[in-house]
Amino acid sequence: MLTLAFMRAAPSVAQGALTTPSILAPASTPAHETFALSQFVLVITGTIFVVVGGLLAFVIIRFHARKTDAGHEPAQIYGGTQVELAWTVIPVLTVVVLFLTTARVIFAIQDAPEPKSALDVTVVGHQFWWEFRYPKLGIVTANELHIPASTSDAPQPAYLQLLSADVDHSFWVPQLGGKTDLIPDHPNQMWIDADKPGLYLGQCAQFCGIEHAKMLIRVYVDTPQGFDAWVKNQQQPAMDDAAVAAGRRVFESEACANCHTIVGTSAHGTFGPDLTHLMSRATIAAGAAANTPDNLRSWIEDPNTFKPGALMPAMQLSDQETDEVVAYLTTLR
Amino acid sequence: MADQTFPIPGTPDVGLSRGAAVLEWLHSWVVTVDHKKLGILYVVYAIFFMLVAGAEAMAIRIQLAIPHNHFLSPELYNEFFTMHGTTMVFLVGMTFIFGFGNYLVPLMIGARDMAFPRLNAFSFWMTAFGGLLLYYSFIGGFGLYGMGSAPDVTWWAYAPLTERAFSPGHNTDYWALALIVTGFGTLGAAINTLATVFSMRCRGMTLFRMPLFVWLMTVTSGLTLITITPLTAAQVMLTIDRYLGGHFFDTQAGGSATVWMHFFWIFGHPEVYVLILPAFGIASEVIPVFSRKAIFGYPAMVAASIGIAFVSLSVWAHHMFTIGMTSVSNAFFALSTMMVGIPTGIKIFNWIATMWGGKIRFATPMLFCTAFLFQFLCAGLTGIMLAVAPWNWQLHNSYFVIAHFHYTLTGSFVFCMFAGIYYWYPKVTGRMLSETLGKWHFWLFFIGFHMTFDTMHFVGILGMPRSIYTYEPDRGWNTLNMIISVGGLIQAIAVLILAWNLIDSFLHGSAAGNDPWDAWTLEWSTPSPPPPYNFATDPVVRSRRPLWDIKHPNDPDWKYER
Amino acid sequence: MSSIPIFADENWRLPSRGRVAMFSLIIGESAIFTIFVVAYIYYIGRSTYGPTPQILDVPWFNTVCLLSSSISILFAERAIERGRMRSFGAWWALTMLLGIVFLAGTTVEWKRLIYTDGLSIRTNLFGTTFYSLVGLHATHVVVGLLMLSLVMIFTLLGRVEQRHAERIQVLSLYWHFVDAVWVVVFTVVYMVGR
Repeated sequence: MLTLAFMRAAPSVAQGALTTPSILAPASTPAHETFALSQFVLVITGTIFVVVGGLLAFVIIRFHARKTDAGHEPAQIYGGTQVELAWTVIPVLTVVVLFLTTARVIFAIQDAPEPKSALDVTVVGHQFWWEFRYPKLGIVTANELHIPASTSDAPQPAYLQLLSADVDHSFWVPQLGGKTDLIPDHPNQMWIDADKPGLYLGQCAQFCGIEHAKMLIRVYVDTPQGFDAWVKNQQQPAMDDAAVAAGRRVFESEACANCHTIVGTSAHGTFGPDLTHLMSRATIAAGAAANTPDNLRSWIEDPNTFKPGALMPAMQLSDQETDEVVAYLTTLR
Repeated sequence: MADQTFPIPGTPDVGLSRGAAVLEWLHSWVVTVDHKKLGILYVVYAIFFMLVAGAEAMAIRIQLAIPHNHFLSPELYNEFFTMHGTTMVFLVGMTFIFGFGNYLVPLMIGARDMAFPRLNAFSFWMTAFGGLLLYYSFIGGFGLYGMGSAPDVTWWAYAPLTERAFSPGHNTDYWALALIVTGFGTLGAAINTLATVFSMRCRGMTLFRMPLFVWLMTVTSGLTLITITPLTAAQVMLTIDRYLGGHFFDTQAGGSATVWMHFFWIFGHPEVYVLILPAFGIASEVIPVFSRKAIFGYPAMVAASIGIAFVSLSVWAHHMFTIGMTSVSNAFFALSTMMVGIPTGIKIFNWIATMWGGKIRFATPMLFCTAFLFQFLCAGLTGIMLAVAPWNWQLHNSYFVIAHFHYTLTGSFVFCMFAGIYYWYPKVTGRMLSETLGKWHFWLFFIGFHMTFDTMHFVGILGMPRSIYTYEPDRGWNTLNMIISVGGLIQAIAVLILAWNLIDSFLHGSAAGNDPWDAWTLEWSTPSPPPPYNFATDPVVRSRRPLWDIKHPNDPDWKYER
Repeated sequence: MSSIPIFADENWRLPSRGRVAMFSLIIGESAIFTIFVVAYIYYIGRSTYGPTPQILDVPWFNTVCLLSSSISILFAERAIERGRMRSFGAWWALTMLLGIVFLAGTTVEWKRLIYTDGLSIRTNLFGTTFYSLVGLHATHVVVGLLMLSLVMIFTLLGRVEQRHAERIQVLSLYWHFVDAVWVVVFTVVYMVGR
């Protein structure tokens, strides 16, 4: 019953200062359908709870031994065919109803045909960050997924192709839908179609190693215009600012380039996130820290400060080199 | 005398020095093949590891009490929650049930020992050394500094995280090898239980006159045979991968991560029933005695237990709704999982019907069993919710799932184990446990349990995934996590009260007599504690409640039983 | 307990504990083999490189040896039941011999695979599944042979008598199981998988 109270309270929590990724505040078709189904199931299970729990409470109160009882044993009853039959048949019928409703939603969500207008995104799970590729748009980014809001007149659901570069992960943004695992030898697919613009939080939901806890997801649902502007910016090669040429040289000549890509430079690594438009993202290290010059600096000096166990090594650059690289990175809008 | 450190067991210990007497006492426990002593060893071992894994849980809860806490390092946190799960399932759960089974099955069916006493000892020591091997990992590797190389890949240990490429060092090896070793011990115990039940019953003890606890141990042992072995097979494959360079779960060479998931959960889900069925057995003994009524619908209870065992073999993939199975598979496993609700529902109704019309005495064992009924009802209902595949896509691997399975494994299994301890302790030791401490234990544990695990449902619904060592402060999970941690602390205090009660009552408890609860099964006809041979003359029974027949010669059960 | 009158069950008979235990063990072992067989079948053709099952030769002779050992042990069981100890010893020895020939055949097969075809357990997925499934069965043959030889030694020492027939039969159950498993392994590895 407390759950019911929570249901009413939770959406208001989500709209407040907190950004609670509650499954009770759905904002996408799969999440809505699941939520509606869950309310139906909750009514059924709640009824069972009240009936059986009430029976138990009644038995406890009515039949506990009293001091005034006579000493003899109560009447012994060994069973009763009719009543036993009744409490076998009723659960069977309940299961049938529950199953049929469940099956309908399973097929509705899982086997929904992909519309022509769908946005394709390939999600690749890495130990401990997310790679987002938009194959039709030629965009590669990390940890912060941008999708357009989808309305009933102009539906544009995002179809996510889920892959893994190493171990199992699971993509879960509760308000947008249930989770689906990213498994190295088993490509998966899921779809979301957020109905209102905003920021939706989630994180990896399958233990994937030491920093599983800091493998956070941010999904930005943009207005169609906002999304087009974002796409246009992301499709540009990296900013080339002569003022920070020293930092770019360090980036290209040191180990940075082995793991990271910056389009328009000689850095083509693929082990780490693509940094072409690093400053367009609000966080670094898969949400472990805000994307500020200070944090970038600490991260380059020693990733363990935010994320002990992250696979990026401490770069061992001199102070000057670090300054130059940070200055360069902060121009990558 | 001085050089004769290990006298032959059974020789009179007159003239032994104090040290030699202690050694002889110790020796008698190490070499024992008596089912009662081995049963006690199993249960003591289970309680010991429950304290250890409980301490790990407390460390976890301290770490999660506030966001961005630095109480545990990420490595240590991952090791602790892996070890907590592994220990609770394999070293606490399995040993509890085979401890109770060992002690009670021969007594309840009127036998003088298990079918294979030496196999029995072998099984216990395999389990015990498997546990030691698992915990040795804490001082392996770099030693206690950084807590050695304890396993840190979760207790379901999904491949390929467990492969050499992602888990170098020996953490995962300890996990796999220790579980293979305890697995053999468990297999031996299961075979022994089955042989005992089928071949050692006393005259008149037909299968349908066996106490329900014996029935449930039988079903559980049968289930163990076909569920522990797939785990052993999968662990052997993992070990081949890790030591011999095999490729079973090596996704780079064509191996499959999903195959491990299937193999693990083919073990993993029935395992839950392996644990919970004997707990049902204990409830089915305690509830009738304290309600003063025969169990309601005995044949239905037996049928439901066997039904649960069968259905449990076809539900494993409900742990895998999120791995991208076809919609038809998802629907199938949703249906099979919901069907578990039918036999378990029958059981709950039968227990309530047993209490109906009775004169219920709420002594500590009955308190625990009543709370079990309530919590098991809730666990069943959240189980139905999790079986609803689309909802499961949301709830899976969240704290809601943690709450659900702690409702079954703590709220149901552990509550029944506590009931069993309070119920049979007088038989085992000859002394009563303190009722006052028992009530304190019950109420604290009950309150702590509900603070912790009720709250976990909500934090799961608010999107908190499991296995994370810390969380962001802006998610709205802070207060709830603090409540969960405080509840954990209260449970810990309750368990310490139990430990104290066990020791104190052993030394100072009041004498129990043969039959303190006025019960009806054969074990209460023996002295407390029972002599090594159990029964001076082989008993003969004529109904499910032989002691009822003796106590009520004018109105015996066998006139009415169906 | 003597206050309860003894009633109808004058013929109170229960199954032998040895048989119950051996059947239980066999059920458990079957589950282990099932998992390995399922893994083998699932992984057929999934090796990304290296030798394929085409390099296998069907071990007909081995198979005939192992399966006929099931018949010879049946004769041994009959013999001890009737107290013909010499005949028992002879059949038992034949059983062991057939088991040893089977193992020798496996050794020759593995040697060829390893040194000629370059297939080891770590070569590829096929090697891993092949050696572990066939090896798991071979391990069971080895364990069976150890137990058979224990009985053989006691037979030669004249310590096995007619009253041990029950135990011998329980042990034979295991041997029959090992043979039955071979039928499955043989079918899966050399017939279906090749």
